[in-house]
Amino acid sequence: MTDTFPAPMTTLPIEPLPPPPPDEPSADPRWQTLRSLNRSDRIYQRVLTGFALALPFLILVILGVLFVNSLPALKRFGPSFVWTSTWDPVAEVYGAAPMIFGTLASSFLALLIAVPLALGVAIFLTEFAPRWLRQPVAFLVELLAAIPSVVYGLWGIFVLIPFLRSYVVPPLKAVFGWTPFFQGVFYGNSLLAGGIILAIMIVPYIAAVSREVLLAVPTSQREAALAMGATRWEAVRSAVLPYGRAGLIGAIILGLGRALGETMAVTMVIGNRHDIGVSVFLPAYTMAAAIANEFSEATTNMYLSALFEVGLILFVLTVVVNAVARILIWRVARGAAVGSKAL
Amino acid sequence: MVASANARLRLETVNLTALFGQHRAVREVSLLFPAHTVTAIIGPSGCGKSTLLRCLNRMHELTPEATVMGEVLLDDLNIYGGDVNPVELRRRIGMVFQRPTPFPTMSIYDNVGAGLRVNGRRTRREMDEAVERALQQAALWDEVKDRLQASALALSGGQQQRLCIARAVAPQPEILLLDEPTASLDPAGTQRIEELCHDLKRLYTIVIVTHNMQQAARVSDYTAFMYLGSLIEVGRTNDIFTKPQVEQTEAYITGRFG
Amino acid sequence: MSAGTFRRHLTSRVMTALVVVLAFTAVLALVLILGDLIAKGASSIDWAFFTKSPVPAGESGGGVANAIVGTFIVVGLAALIGVPVGVGAGMYLAEYGSGRLGFLVRFVADVLNGTPSIVIGIVAWTFMVKPAGRFSALAGSVALAILMIPMLARTTEEMVRLVPHSLREAALALGYPRWRTSLKIVGRTALTGIVTGCLVGIARVAGETAPLLFTALGNLNFSVAVNHPMQTLSLQIYVYATGPFDEWHRMAWASALVLMGLVLIISLTARWVTRQRYGSVR
Repeated sequence: MTDTFPAPMTTLPIEPLPPPPPDEPSADPRWQTLRSLNRSDRIYQRVLTGFALALPFLILVILGVLFVNSLPALKRFGPSFVWTSTWDPVAEVYGAAPMIFGTLASSFLALLIAVPLALGVAIFLTEFAPRWLRQPVAFLVELLAAIPSVVYGLWGIFVLIPFLRSYVVPPLKAVFGWTPFFQGVFYGNSLLAGGIILAIMIVPYIAAVSREVLLAVPTSQREAALAMGATRWEAVRSAVLPYGRAGLIGAIILGLGRALGETMAVTMVIGNRHDIGVSVFLPAYTMAAAIANEFSEATTNMYLSALFEVGLILFVLTVVVNAVARILIWRVARGAAVGSKAL
Repeated sequence: MVASANARLRLETVNLTALFGQHRAVREVSLLFPAHTVTAIIGPSGCGKSTLLRCLNRMHELTPEATVMGEVLLDDLNIYGGDVNPVELRRRIGMVFQRPTPFPTMSIYDNVGAGLRVNGRRTRREMDEAVERALQQAALWDEVKDRLQASALALSGGQQQRLCIARAVAPQPEILLLDEPTASLDPAGTQRIEELCHDLKRLYTIVIVTHNMQQAARVSDYTAFMYLGSLIEVGRTNDIFTKPQVEQTEAYITGRFG
Repeated sequence: MSAGTFRRHLTSRVMTALVVVLAFTAVLALVLILGDLIAKGASSIDWAFFTKSPVPAGESGGGVANAIVGTFIVVGLAALIGVPVGVGAGMYLAEYGSGRLGFLVRFVADVLNGTPSIVIGIVAWTFMVKPAGRFSALAGSVALAILMIPMLARTTEEMVRLVPHSLREAALALGYPRWRTSLKIVGRTALTGIVTGCLVGIARVAGETAPLLFTALGNLNFSVAVNHPMQTLSLQIYVYATGPFDEWHRMAWASALVLMGLVLIISLTARWVTRQRYGSVR
């Protein structure tokens, strides 16, 4: 065994050994498997890529189908579809204004109620809850998210609406009856019922995402504030909330996105009337509810096309809202699959 | 399938330069690792010793934007040559990492046999023999022979690291690369692994990276000192530690920096 | 303690109390709903409920056997389609998803996750029902699968990313090719988490109604033919709740309880699976 060592840091260029001719079969049979291994890697990558491509493919299909099927209505009504209030299948005149109004109004009302509740839950779970209470409460809130929409609707019809009629509407009328929002007769199915049920449905969603956003805030922020003598609440308000503000707004907008698309619970309690009314006691309509209600009754091509156009508007609206929400959340949580558990 | 035919096998780097993007982590290192010896590579953090090690079994290139210039010769075959399959190469070179990494869903037996399964089919008896032999070489057999089906996670840190050594030697590689193998172990565990190095060099050529100079002095036949990516000095361990030729080597060894 | 400090501490206590009240109001809603389900639905559940199909309108008796079986068939088929594609897409994102295509796929998945399910329903109607000329359980399954795929892609990716990089390196250093490392080492380690994600997705999809309205349509008779209309518990609840008969309303509560029970069992199984292996990764 030789003990010679090359001098450290040789700077002389050394001729590389000539590589073996590629066609010559190696003596060691193991080397011959090298090509098949690389092929397996390539196949694996191609298969996985194929599965992944299903996603952009799906979204293009959805967009395509919606657009192609709405073309007749788009051509017939143009932009006036959005602000016309008449929805008359007999005369074949379609205007989606009441649905669009109802979608936005019910979602806005839902956010008004849900945001304080959801933020309360999220802040409670991350900042104030004793350790032993966190898992059970979090689990309960997750369970709220697991309740199917149609079950919410069922509860809405037989429990919520009678409750509203007996215990909520009279006081509301007494105190706020002079405003245009609380006027008229309350028959049950109404914008109010729709908004409240939506609120309960989106609370767990906003809460879960907010909680993940708040958990992403580094503890050093809280500790720095507390070390400077802030009270518990002050630490939250001045150190944690501003840091996670973009993410929290994102969580709220995600909740909005969810509320916009909710179908079953809404169609069961909102009244399904093509009307724009300012009072929350009046029945209303949303885009999703309209499609659910009328799709099977659409006997003519134009009727169907109008409903597809409603679907297209709803789809584009939710895509935009969700994209905005994701961008805001991504800024805080950096690409993690936030909210995937609550979904 | 056995390494004995390559008893004269040598590992040698020729002007090896390793880059991460534009940054040169290893600069034109030429180093020879004679067969059946233990060579220690020492140096302060960031000197490129781990990177150099990872070039020896072509693990370096798995990092995005990592490239290599120069050659690494495994008994006159350049492992960076166009015809060489890195996956195949890594089956001839075993590696043990800083932290023990047993596969969590597998039993002790399956962990040791993991490297064998990719290397062709074997009968049950061949597997049993190979697993026992590997565990004996890693000085772990007596401790686990009654519970080979137990989860690998049931072992202590030191035992897990020896399990990783068993896993690395089971396919009977020619070279064994150890990247700071005792960094996360207690003194007892460290000692056992150092003892192993003495025994294992009969069968394999060992290259060990360590930032513990005393360990290098205890364990190795030859020592190479690196600093800022360059090879500063290399020689018999005794010589390096008693009469270093280069001023920087002496400074590092006497603790003046690093 | 000065007046200012006292006020600050008081504010803190008030806000803390407010936060607690809000949190418990939210939880209260859940308790009320579940309580109502049990109170109103439990009494109607008997053996006949599970084994019989609906009787003609207005009559009493009958059950939801067709809906229970239908739910299993439609959701099962949806899982058969959705799980491979969703998990495959998720594995892609975790293994090869750091480039531009990965970014696009991830973004699309997040957007699809927020798409209203009724929209998915009418799209599925267009290419599954309209050309075939009839409603079918298969069409419903396809619609549900479209809902599942982006969900599973993201949860799978998240679970696979949790596997420490050192495990991957150890396998590669042993001479495992990349595909084998991904499948047998990384995938196997993340398997528990991936299964949990699938179960959560299945539970979510089992409760869906809107995408089934115009695909599976519903069926008052007992049927297991996948190319014909099929009933599910969710559809059954919708029909019964919005119908005119008290008897139907009673059945609606009972069906809702059964559906909720099913969703709960799947969700709890998912949690139990994770708990079992919790100590093993890392």
